Amino acid sequence: MSNWLILPVLIPLIAGIVALFFPKRVTAQRIWAFITSLILIGVNVFLLTYILANGIMTLELGGWEAPFGIVLVGDSLAVLLTTTTSLVTLPIIYFSFSTIGVGREKYYYYSFIQFLIAGVSGAFLTGDIFNLFVCFEVLLLASYALIGHGSTKTQLKESFNYVIVNVVSSAFFVIGVAYLYAVTGTLNMAQLSQRVSETGAEPIITVIAILFLIVFGLKGALFPLYFWLPGSYSVPPTAIGAIFAALLTKVGIYSIFRTYSIIFNEDTAVTHTILLVLSAVTMIIGVIGAIAYRDVKLILVYNVIVAVGFILFGVASLNSDAFVGAIYYLLHDIVIKAALFLIIGALITAAGTSKLSGMGGIIKHHPLLTWMFFISALALAGVPPLGGFPGKLMLVVGGAEAGHYIVVAVMMIASLLVLFSVIRIFLQGFLGEPKLTHAEQHGSIKAQMPPIVFLVALSVFMGIGAEVMYPFVESAAQTLINPQAYIEAVLGGEA
Amino acid sequence: MEIIMSILAGFLFTVGLYLILTKNLIRIIIGSSVLSHGAHLLLLTMAGLKTGAPPLLGLNADTYVDPLPQALILTAIVISFGVTSFILVLGYRTYKVTGAAETDQLRGTDTDE
Repeated sequence: MSNWLILPVLIPLIAGIVALFFPKRVTAQRIWAFITSLILIGVNVFLLTYILANGIMTLELGGWEAPFGIVLVGDSLAVLLTTTTSLVTLPIIYFSFSTIGVGREKYYYYSFIQFLIAGVSGAFLTGDIFNLFVCFEVLLLASYALIGHGSTKTQLKESFNYVIVNVVSSAFFVIGVAYLYAVTGTLNMAQLSQRVSETGAEPIITVIAILFLIVFGLKGALFPLYFWLPGSYSVPPTAIGAIFAALLTKVGIYSIFRTYSIIFNEDTAVTHTILLVLSAVTMIIGVIGAIAYRDVKLILVYNVIVAVGFILFGVASLNSDAFVGAIYYLLHDIVIKAALFLIIGALITAAGTSKLSGMGGIIKHHPLLTWMFFISALALAGVPPLGGFPGKLMLVVGGAEAGHYIVVAVMMIASLLVLFSVIRIFLQGFLGEPKLTHAEQHGSIKAQMPPIVFLVALSVFMGIGAEVMYPFVESAAQTLINPQAYIEAVLGGEA
Repeated sequence: MEIIMSILAGFLFTVGLYLILTKNLIRIIIGSSVLSHGAHLLLLTMAGLKTGAPPLLGLNADTYVDPLPQALILTAIVISFGVTSFILVLGYRTYKVTGAAETDQLRGTDTDE
């Protein structure tokens, strides 16, 4: 049974490799990518229900016992994230059919997407910090290929920066792993958690914690390490931008979440205070960008940065309410960012430009798209009863419990400005005077609507169906607050 | 021995960082590669050097070298090799398409293209 845990990594990996053999047969590629991501959703949902019923699942790869070999650990947090990942991948793949262009599809586009998903799922599931590095490299290499895919001028310009920034941060990751191994003598996260709590708040552990914060902060676009994000997320086609915005920064955030809750939880006065301050500044910088730009893609990209601040604020508050909020917000943010990027993609197709000043009156010809955007804009800002609300509510409750009133206030103001930044797109782009007559409209967006409706429906469900989701999120937060259960599941009785 | 290796790793970091901060694309690529190798060397040094016999079954010795860092460094080297070859291709392609061999020619995103 525990072998099932490898499937979220294995299915996309095999699907990607198989797809390499028939690159020029585009229809076959599409069908194959669609079917395999459907299977992936099925497997993930099954794993999720199984874990909720039977507790944490572990898989010792190659039969090597826990502290020595590599383990995959399926706790509720990891599997919730892989499930959301697969739920977002399917609509994005569907969206790609009509937007990405046959040229890209012939050059292994779907294989790269599948490899990216394999890396992301692996990073969520692994219980070994060096294996986390390897999974990061898998997903990064796929993302390097995707960001420059098609080799347009702007894409190449931005991808070079993106690659170099990530190579440097990977070098830092290796250095962090080296220090951690020298100090603790293990790389297994459960054993790390045990050993670090035995030694207590050693200064060297704090230094290593900060080093990892730099590494994951770079991947997760935390202030002041977010500078590479706006350029590199806005240049590729929207389908690729959507998968980046939905998943890539989230992997960095997840890694901070995991390491800062179960491993580096001793000297919180230093590490978590730094995290708290950085998360507040990240929110502020993000909203400033979101209201300053007049290009719809860039407005959304800066909203990605704001969300990073919100989630890490939950991590820094370090209590169970804040963790529930952060996990809930993280899950919802994956869905809503994918939805918004796809909507913006359709909007740009319809309006023929990404500049806010060049569009208007989209509602006249595309009412469904308009209302989908309206719903997701409200969900993003956290208006009840939509999806963003439960997460934000719990973040505020948890933050107030921890006594971080100032950051809670910053977060409220940032939320309002987020709403302002997206409603401005609604007022100016969707309402307003039509700039184009129907004949001038650039493309049909009929084929792009199903994935958008699916994602928005998912987001609405996460708000209205919060009761259904709560036990999953609650159990995920409990594993992080009490690492003991995690340690016991991985290392067996000796813990 | 560990001290010398640490200084060497630090030297490689310095060289790598210097090269990354230059403008030329090829230098940046080489710099990133040197930087990763500095990290690999540090990884190997951190576990201690020459602490015992090779970690082989059937070899009778009092102490053995820790085999894990060697496995880690091997993985890390392979990854950095793959990434470096990818960046070389990307750099070449960037040069072919944009005609830029230096980073200041790559600045500015003209989004209207």
